[in-house]
Amino acid sequence: MEHNTKPVNAVEMNGIVKVFGNRPVLDQVNLEVEKGSVHAILGENGAGKSTLMNILYGLYQPDGGTIKINGQQVEMKNPSTAIATGIGMVHQHFMLVDVFTVAENIILGQETTKGGAFLDMDKAKQDVLALIEKYGLDVDPDAKIEDISVGMQQRVEILKALYRGADILILDEPTAVLTPQEIDELINIIHNLVNDGKTILIITHKLDEIKKSADKCTIIRRGQYIDTVSVKDVSQSDLADMMVGHQVNLKVAKTLMNPKHVIFEVDDLHARDVRGVEVLKGLSFKIRSGEIYGIAGIDGNGQKELLEAITNMIHVQGGTIKINGKEIQNTTTWNTITSGIASIHEDREKRGLIPDFSVEDNFVLETYMKNPFSIKGLMKQKAISDFAKKQVQEYDIRPNGCEKDLIRGLSGGNQQKVIIAREIANNPDLLIAMQPTRGLDVGAIENIHKTLLDQRDKGKAVLLISLELDEVMNVADTIGVIYDGKIVKEMPQDQATEHEIGLLMAGGSANE
Amino acid sequence: MNKFTSLLRKPITGTIIAILMGFLCAAVILACAGYNPIHALSAMLQGIFGRPKYMANIIVKATPIILTGCSVAFAYKMGLFNIGAEGQYIFGALAACLTGITVNLSPWLEIPLILLAGMAAGALYGALAGWLKAKFNIHEVISGIMLNWIAMYFSNFITGMEAFHKPNTSGTFPINVSGFTTFFPNWKATEEAAQFMKDNPFLGDILRTDFNAGIIIAIALVLLSSYILYKTSKGYQLRAVGSNRYAAEFAGIDVKKNIIETMMFAGLLAGASGALAIMGNNPHAVLEIAAFEGNGLNGLSVAFIANGSPIGCIFSGLLFGGLLYGGQSLQYVVGAPTEIVNIMVGTIVFFVALKDIIPVIADKMEHRAATKKLVDQKEGASS
Amino acid sequence: MLRKKLFKAAAAGLAAMVCLSGCAASQKKEGTYLVTMVTDTGGINDQSFNQSSWEGLESFNQKTGADVRYIESKQASDFTTNMDRACDAYSDLVWGIGFSLADSLINIASYNPDIHFAIVDQSFEDTPMNVTGVTFRAEESSFLAGYVAGMSTKTDRVGYIGAMKTFVNDQFEYGFLAGVQFAAQERGVPIQVDEQFTESYSDVAKAKAIANKMYSSGCDIIYHSVGGAGYGAIESAKENKKYIIGVDSDQSYLAPDNVLTSALKNVNVAVEELSTKAMNGEDIGGKTFDFGLSDNGVGLPKENKNMDPEVYQKTMEVQERIINGEIDPPSTEETYKAWLSENGIQ
Repeated sequence: MEHNTKPVNAVEMNGIVKVFGNRPVLDQVNLEVEKGSVHAILGENGAGKSTLMNILYGLYQPDGGTIKINGQQVEMKNPSTAIATGIGMVHQHFMLVDVFTVAENIILGQETTKGGAFLDMDKAKQDVLALIEKYGLDVDPDAKIEDISVGMQQRVEILKALYRGADILILDEPTAVLTPQEIDELINIIHNLVNDGKTILIITHKLDEIKKSADKCTIIRRGQYIDTVSVKDVSQSDLADMMVGHQVNLKVAKTLMNPKHVIFEVDDLHARDVRGVEVLKGLSFKIRSGEIYGIAGIDGNGQKELLEAITNMIHVQGGTIKINGKEIQNTTTWNTITSGIASIHEDREKRGLIPDFSVEDNFVLETYMKNPFSIKGLMKQKAISDFAKKQVQEYDIRPNGCEKDLIRGLSGGNQQKVIIAREIANNPDLLIAMQPTRGLDVGAIENIHKTLLDQRDKGKAVLLISLELDEVMNVADTIGVIYDGKIVKEMPQDQATEHEIGLLMAGGSANE
Repeated sequence: MNKFTSLLRKPITGTIIAILMGFLCAAVILACAGYNPIHALSAMLQGIFGRPKYMANIIVKATPIILTGCSVAFAYKMGLFNIGAEGQYIFGALAACLTGITVNLSPWLEIPLILLAGMAAGALYGALAGWLKAKFNIHEVISGIMLNWIAMYFSNFITGMEAFHKPNTSGTFPINVSGFTTFFPNWKATEEAAQFMKDNPFLGDILRTDFNAGIIIAIALVLLSSYILYKTSKGYQLRAVGSNRYAAEFAGIDVKKNIIETMMFAGLLAGASGALAIMGNNPHAVLEIAAFEGNGLNGLSVAFIANGSPIGCIFSGLLFGGLLYGGQSLQYVVGAPTEIVNIMVGTIVFFVALKDIIPVIADKMEHRAATKKLVDQKEGASS
Repeated sequence: MLRKKLFKAAAAGLAAMVCLSGCAASQKKEGTYLVTMVTDTGGINDQSFNQSSWEGLESFNQKTGADVRYIESKQASDFTTNMDRACDAYSDLVWGIGFSLADSLINIASYNPDIHFAIVDQSFEDTPMNVTGVTFRAEESSFLAGYVAGMSTKTDRVGYIGAMKTFVNDQFEYGFLAGVQFAAQERGVPIQVDEQFTESYSDVAKAKAIANKMYSSGCDIIYHSVGGAGYGAIESAKENKKYIIGVDSDQSYLAPDNVLTSALKNVNVAVEELSTKAMNGEDIGGKTFDFGLSDNGVGLPKENKNMDPEVYQKTMEVQERIINGEIDPPSTEETYKAWLSENGIQ
């Protein structure tokens, strides 16, 4: 009866509870999604939004609560049930076979056959082409995955879900890997899908995208359901406040830089990646004392190799890297560190920490052999503890008094604080931060940006390499755009526009 | 509840449960094979604790495997799997034996000299595997297995050489008595000693065995390994590389150098094990062998049961030695095949491998309790 | 809850301990004669001495009802402890299988003057009163093997693979050489013998390589006395489709079409006979028993399907002549040279 008066919701999740270990990650969360709408799930990292969607997709079993799809109660035992009920999901990390073509990837697992055993590729391709046409998902069905861009791969994932008959599409952080132009295209695609009656769920923590694309937004904070709002009724900062639970400053408060002499200089650097392909093709830039130099670019244009070349993890084939006038290329990592360069690697867990060591032991990863932490080869645990205690206080690393705990138990933001505290304690002339805020929530991001600015204001040089254009725009004093192993353009931050940088990142030029 | 689950979380709990499960499985297998399990296991325990000399023999048996176990554990702390301990043991034993045959000094010089020779040979052999890994990225398990065979055939070759081969035996000459670590080796052969052993059954019982000072050296080396690992900056480095070599590399630690040094020290321990076996056990000589004696390979199990802790190897080595030795009385008294003991050891290792499941069970129990509490609270609030 | 569980566990453990002290100590049935053998590192199923000895003891047990047991040694360091354990169980007779156990046996025997010890394949210069050595006149069976080879060869060229120059190996080597020459004299043709040593009882690959070389250089029959390494030689015989003479036990099951015969060392016969003697109270201590063809301690198998029956017939005649002392097969280089000149062979 009720159904007649009120349109049926595509998704209804009621009182969802999920406990990991003894820690509740979702506590009585509700979600109602109208059919044919774009619904955003907003929350900080670790708020539980991905968990909620994984429950909807059948990857996790809830410890409580019910799920209704189009008014019917469903028990999501596994993703197969979810697909059968018309739910599709596009994960942050694509699940595609690199050496297969687009069409082959789309039909994988759902192959149409003729005569019972033989692939009917022609029929499959026609079906795929029809979908491409219908929703304006511009991809070549015969191209191999390894040859197409990340944005196109994402479209393939969307096509895969549609091919399996998805009416409800979950997109997990869909814009994390896209250029600004690609983001615009994605938003177009989403509109096309909705016009055809599909329902879209987007997991994100990017406020501007919600404003651009979503109709409604459900906010989750630390596993608790906060509210569901109509996007057009609220402002970005309202959303941010609800997400974080307190007032946040979206822009970094920043004074003008006061640069002096050149501290760090990279000149005509050539280097190859692990496969032996040249990825740095004559890269050059300079950083002065008191300057934050931001490198903007899309992943895979040489950022990783640049960091590895500076830290001497790889050898370079040509060019020089100079710190305070001293060449350090093709020496040892230890030489990089002792020459006054501290670096924060993008892969925190792999390159930055010893997860099975205590917090205090992680603090001395580069100084353990120095007085006072060790004397004549013997570790002085007391000195290490004292130092760690001081740093934990100073950088407000939580939980308080965690020095003896294993560092793997800390949250990502606090782990990152440990790394930054450790690196800055070396009193480096140059601090390199690659993706320092990746996977961190708004509060932690703010904190880390402040630390970078502090370094600058102390007269040090800072190199910020980030895939988040916003971050570079906000924090850097000078912006260099990296494309195909070169800095294609360099500009002071106040003269840069997001549009221009976006074009440069994608290999275009500002004059086009 | 919390107390119980936190007890379950302790690593030692898992190990003890694993050992009990091993005995249980052995009992079931014995019963299936038609032997009275209680009788059998009691025969085994009798064979372990029944007389002072049994325990002395177990200590003798445990001495080499405590050290090879420690060798494996030490290398494992840095993420290396020292399957080559067997070869390092063989090399250590061989070098010790040749030194003991050719050099004859006073015991105070002879014993340290033989030990040093064994340690040096083992260390070099271990470093070779480390160097292959660091330089050519050859996995230490592959090179270790190959080097084990090379060591065995090399040892057989030397054993057969005229200069060292004792005629009409399958082994070398025994080392000079000054290199024996057994107590009072010369005196033991006298009439006076025979009388003494008769008059003092307890001491006599022990003196008749190969009970020797090697265990003291072994424990000292284990303590040294533990000290190096946990108290020195070198040990910090090793553990850092072992736990996350990528981060260690990024922090400027020379990973390759550490690999070689670690394998060298692991080889030193295994070599010391071989030297102690030569000095402490009859026939105080290297025999020609057709198959590995297993002192190095048993070290893998010992290290595993000890959960990779060098000090734990002392205890798991004694346990292992007890099982090996007591297992023989199982066979002798009950007539059960020694394979039962091997099955028992296998089950223990198997359950030790599975023991990580116990903290998971503890998590599950806590999870269930937490969920229940949460639901109860909500229901309480809403009603 | 936890405390209760601990208590229960402790109670169970205590119960087990009580049971233990109750049912332990019964190591030997009163009034039975207990014989224990300690194997060498080959294990009980080694298809060789250990197995053969155990067969002897089992047969001894069936005939007399005595208690028989064995202990396997896994490592050389087990020899002493296993001997010791056998003594703890109040064994009346302890066997050591193989000369490797000699040192341990003498050592333990000195602590246990009331227990009797016997060892296979070993004699002592000064045998303690409670120790018995057992040796085999392998030269006799090897002589027969050599005779068979000499009579059967078509190429008049045979091979011998030895382990290493030791007292024991000399018996095989010179017995065989003499047997071949004896057949050559009878047939009136010269027969060449190729000889090579493996320097090991375990190096299967080397034995195989040597055999391959011998076969390819014209030998059609090989005799080996290298224990376990001999598998390699037998393998080679199979691959080259040539004949091989086995050693110690009847090895024809390893290559039914290629094993011509085997020079047996009937350890089981010796073990059974001496065990029976000891049980009957005969004083066997302080000396070495030497087993030969006359007491069936060595010999050839009765079934030899690859051998010409006529050759077998002749061989049995030679065996008779050895038993009655007409032929005295040499066992050392010296006696071999003497034997050659005695029989007018250059």
